[in-house]
Amino acid sequence: MEITLELIVFTILALFTVVSAVLAVTTYRILRAATYLLFVLFGTAGIYFQLNYSFLGAVQMLIYAGGITVLYVFSILLTSSQGDKAEQIRGYKLYSGLAATLLSLGICLYVTLKHDFRPSHFEHGELEVTAIGHTLMSPDKYGYVLPFEVISILLLACIVGGILIARKR
Amino acid sequence: MFDFSIVTQAIHTALLSIMPEGLAIFLECVVVGVCLLLMYTVIAIVMIFMERKVCAAFQCRLGPVRVGPWGTLQVICDVFKMLTKEIITIRHADRFLYNLAPYIVILASVLAFSCLPINRGMEVLDFNVGVFFTMAASSIGVVGILLAGWSSNNKYSLIGAMRSGAQMISYELSIGLSILTIVVLTDTMQLSEIVERQADGWFIFKGHIPAIIAFIIYLIAGNAEVNRGPFDLPEAESELTAGYHTEYSGMHFGLFYVAEFVNLFIIAGLAATIFLGGWMPLHIPGLDAFNTVMDYIPGFVWFFAKAFFVVWLLMWIKWTFPRLRVDQILTLEWKYLVPIGLANLLLMVIVVVFKLHF
Repeated sequence: MEITLELIVFTILALFTVVSAVLAVTTYRILRAATYLLFVLFGTAGIYFQLNYSFLGAVQMLIYAGGITVLYVFSILLTSSQGDKAEQIRGYKLYSGLAATLLSLGICLYVTLKHDFRPSHFEHGELEVTAIGHTLMSPDKYGYVLPFEVISILLLACIVGGILIARKR
Repeated sequence: MFDFSIVTQAIHTALLSIMPEGLAIFLECVVVGVCLLLMYTVIAIVMIFMERKVCAAFQCRLGPVRVGPWGTLQVICDVFKMLTKEIITIRHADRFLYNLAPYIVILASVLAFSCLPINRGMEVLDFNVGVFFTMAASSIGVVGILLAGWSSNNKYSLIGAMRSGAQMISYELSIGLSILTIVVLTDTMQLSEIVERQADGWFIFKGHIPAIIAFIIYLIAGNAEVNRGPFDLPEAESELTAGYHTEYSGMHFGLFYVAEFVNLFIIAGLAATIFLGGWMPLHIPGLDAFNTVMDYIPGFVWFFAKAFFVVWLLMWIKWTFPRLRVDQILTLEWKYLVPIGLANLLLMVIVVVFKLHF
């Protein structure tokens, strides 16, 4: 296997993502965990950009890094104070957590190793945005108009619920 | 019209003749990165000098005059002062996050900055979702500001960061809506393509009424997005000392400061690109002699002239209006700008569907 520029970039991104992911679950400070999560999302966005799927990369950055993480940080700022630390995990919690981790690792490895991947290659040129838009809005076989509308109703319900909870009167 | 891609192509072929392709691309990336950071710094220095002079003009003062001719060396001296100052570390604070926060802010700013097309063939990041990517990149800055406010272990910083976060998240919506209005008109999101489509008239003229409304909304929301102008209450010095960067000193403060000014330039540059034609000269259909004369002025001159004109507009707003209260800011956004923006988007769709634009 020859070493190409793409492989080096992918290795750096993958290492960055994995290390941040491990740090996110092992740190005891919750805001640091949120920051490492941000790095994980950056790493995955980088991989999308490397695959030339810039739309998904930009969505990843806008929705997850710029939206969800900000939401997490906001709620952490509102609920926890400086110096809050997570408790050490002991006893049966440790073992059950370990078992769950090993089980999910096993499933992931099984699926990854069992799957028959097509030979990997990097496509040059980007996907047309109009193609994405038509697919998102088409009611045909591979169209996504129903999930799209369902998600928008879900979000509307969330907004109404949030206002109902936050309203004083 | 001067095409910069001739230069980059020449460098690329020259490099390819002496080394393999991977190494050449890597070297080019490094060179482009260094040039980008250099330009970033130079623009920050120019912007700070301009801010001080424009502010002085609006307040009937002179501004810096002592260092260098007309005070031009003042900001450069300030930069060196900032570089030599001590970076204070705070006790009982999360030092990792405290040191990380300014770099997240600057990272978001540089990413958004690299999307701006400066000349024909002179754009660093040019995805076909360029506008979308620019917004995505600039939305990361909020995280840095929130982290800075939290990890400073200071309630003024925290309040400033919360205000800033709420404000930036809200006004991102208006920016998105006004940009979307122009995307409806162009049917493309690629920034270089958006500039090319303005060869026969800038979008603010082609889109007439909805484009002008979108431009005004964009200017208001853009000023709020960079925490300036009448919307600078995250750093309201009378109540919060300096907001989220109260505890920062030396170059860490400098990074926040530089990022704020370059963010202002990015907002202005994006406005120039999508509303005023970017590097495209002023073309009037029918007047061929006039268009040829205009083509002799290189593209980057047009781009910087337009961008600094918008910057000047934003500075005018900043030094004219008093600061708003936080509830007034949120009311302005959610009760006025967003509904107007949505109605304006609908108006633009009608204009495009019935081909009422020029």
